[in-house]
Amino acid sequence: MEPVRILDVDGRLLDESPLPAEEIRRLFAAMVTARAFDHKASALQLQGRLATYAQFEGQEAAQIGSAAALRADDWMVATYRDAAAMWMQGFPWENLLLGRMGDERGGSPPQGVNVLPPSITVGAHMIHAVGLGWAERLRGSDRVAITYFGDGATSEGDFHEAMNFAGVYRTPTVFLCQNNGWAISMSRERQTASETIAQKADAYGIPGVLVDGNDVLAVFAVTRDAVGRARRGEGATLIEAQTQRMGAHTTADDAGRYRDEATLAAWKLRDPIDRVRKYLQASGAWSEAWEQELIASASVEIETAANRAEGLAPFGPGAAFDRVFARPSAHIELQRAELLRDLGGEA
Amino acid sequence: MTVMNMANALNDALAVALADDERVVLLGEDIGRTGGVFRVTDGLQTRFGENRVIDTPVAESGIVGAAFGMAIAGLRPVAEIQFLGFSYPAYDQIVSHVGRIRNRSNHRFTAPLVIRIPFGGGIGAAEHHSESSEAMYAHTPGIKVVVPATPSAAKGLLLAAIEDPDPVIFLEPIRVYRAIKEEVPEGRFTIPIGVADIVRTGSDVSVIAYGATVRDALASADTLDADGVSVEVIDLRTLSPLDASTVVASAQKTGRVVAVSEGHRTAGIASELAAIVQEQALYSLLAPVQRVTGWDTVVPLKRTERHHIPGVARIVAAVRRTLED
Repeated sequence: MEPVRILDVDGRLLDESPLPAEEIRRLFAAMVTARAFDHKASALQLQGRLATYAQFEGQEAAQIGSAAALRADDWMVATYRDAAAMWMQGFPWENLLLGRMGDERGGSPPQGVNVLPPSITVGAHMIHAVGLGWAERLRGSDRVAITYFGDGATSEGDFHEAMNFAGVYRTPTVFLCQNNGWAISMSRERQTASETIAQKADAYGIPGVLVDGNDVLAVFAVTRDAVGRARRGEGATLIEAQTQRMGAHTTADDAGRYRDEATLAAWKLRDPIDRVRKYLQASGAWSEAWEQELIASASVEIETAANRAEGLAPFGPGAAFDRVFARPSAHIELQRAELLRDLGGEA
Repeated sequence: MTVMNMANALNDALAVALADDERVVLLGEDIGRTGGVFRVTDGLQTRFGENRVIDTPVAESGIVGAAFGMAIAGLRPVAEIQFLGFSYPAYDQIVSHVGRIRNRSNHRFTAPLVIRIPFGGGIGAAEHHSESSEAMYAHTPGIKVVVPATPSAAKGLLLAAIEDPDPVIFLEPIRVYRAIKEEVPEGRFTIPIGVADIVRTGSDVSVIAYGATVRDALASADTLDADGVSVEVIDLRTLSPLDASTVVASAQKTGRVVAVSEGHRTAGIASELAAIVQEQALYSLLAPVQRVTGWDTVVPLKRTERHHIPGVARIVAAVRRTLED
């Protein structure tokens, strides 16, 4: 199985572009902005302003290209490494940062943004996208659901259950696997004996598509097709976007323990942003000044989001008791009172 | 009023919910064409169609995970797991996601789903079919755990669970399904979640029970009444959030408490009751709180399961111990 590729590493179109030039510029800008966020979040973590952070550098095309194929009201169920996709679908930077600062309000995007807070457990969330899309179809809506996960998650039993339900009920679900080569330290080769992850779709009676995950146009095109199928009631699709996380698993991980420099160097040549820059450059649609301006405005935007998140007064010690049920039960109120008593009335 | 057993009453509740609210969908293994292993959903697929009463593949995590997604999207799913011992593949979904989404999203997303699960022993079933591990779920934040003891309570509590804005695990005592018949109100009615029921008032000893053991507690009360011992019997109805005030008030009145649970003893519901009583009613107590529970053993199979399940003899003996000097 050869991956779908539209834009090669030198920025040459191998096929007709699925998008007009202005849209390609928009995707380029989004990828540049997302990378600026990734760098900023890593810096904030180093400064102790964020808890552990999972970098996505290298995966911008897989996330931005796929999310760009969605309608604004479609559902997204993603993971801790999918900030770029979530942001593209309306989840604010401020919320993403707030979550990593250790504040539950981070998981609460504005009304109308149908993006669940990131799943931290690996694999259990894919079936949620099946249920979301299924519910929409039962209600007569054409909203679809996309779920993001990594190569490691396909080893979880819940991957099987989610794919199987999606196949049996033809739910409007797009399974977007970012095969970034690694599940923490376990390489993709040791994760599964399948030649590709995409081929696993065959077993569930749904289409599996292999795509160059660092080619934003190809990722957009295959996701657009999968979303179209889902919206038309033709069922789910599994997309394997082949990519590489250029950073470690998280800021608490050291990828040097398991990944050699040569692998990293080879993937560096396939950078998802470089090739679009080359493409735009060739048609005169890119300038150094424009990209610098994008980075500068993204930095300001993200700094502002970080400041807003940090400026939000922390919850009081009793607030967790408000989030257990719609209304706290008597025993929850009793426990809150006990905590506040022990704190000497501090609220 | 119609005379019904618990299985019929639950079926009636589900029919009312399906008819009244188009957001309600049922999903589970064998619930459609065969009406479920205990026939609780009998006839509902024929009446409401395959999109409302959905037969699923054998995949408990998938059932609960899909129901969770449906609930977030605005439906009111009622999932069925065939036996409590088969709920463990779904445990991660329940503990890691169902009970947490409200907290994780600061109320932005919620999962008002019901997970119906038959539980408990007494019918001589195969291994894994007689579990009483409800304490695991009562221990889980963000989940309500409801256990009816009678047909009427089953209907009223299930309709309340479906209306509830939070996820509810609804445990149906297997050996009660067809053991009790009583008059059940017709149409929609609800019984509040989180409120215990004083099923028999008494003055000497409080026996706190739930599910199938309520019937044994009442039989014990009859036996003891003949000896002049007045037993108050409380049906908890909800294990989480537990109605501590009713329990404590009864303990303060009688001064003697017997906590009954078919679940394993260690870190179990009876232990929680004992803790609540000693925290809030210690100075009213005239005797140590007695726990009558399943043992910390694997639930024995048919030939010896009667030694595991608390029955009348053990409850009566425990009550008598509280009356010794």
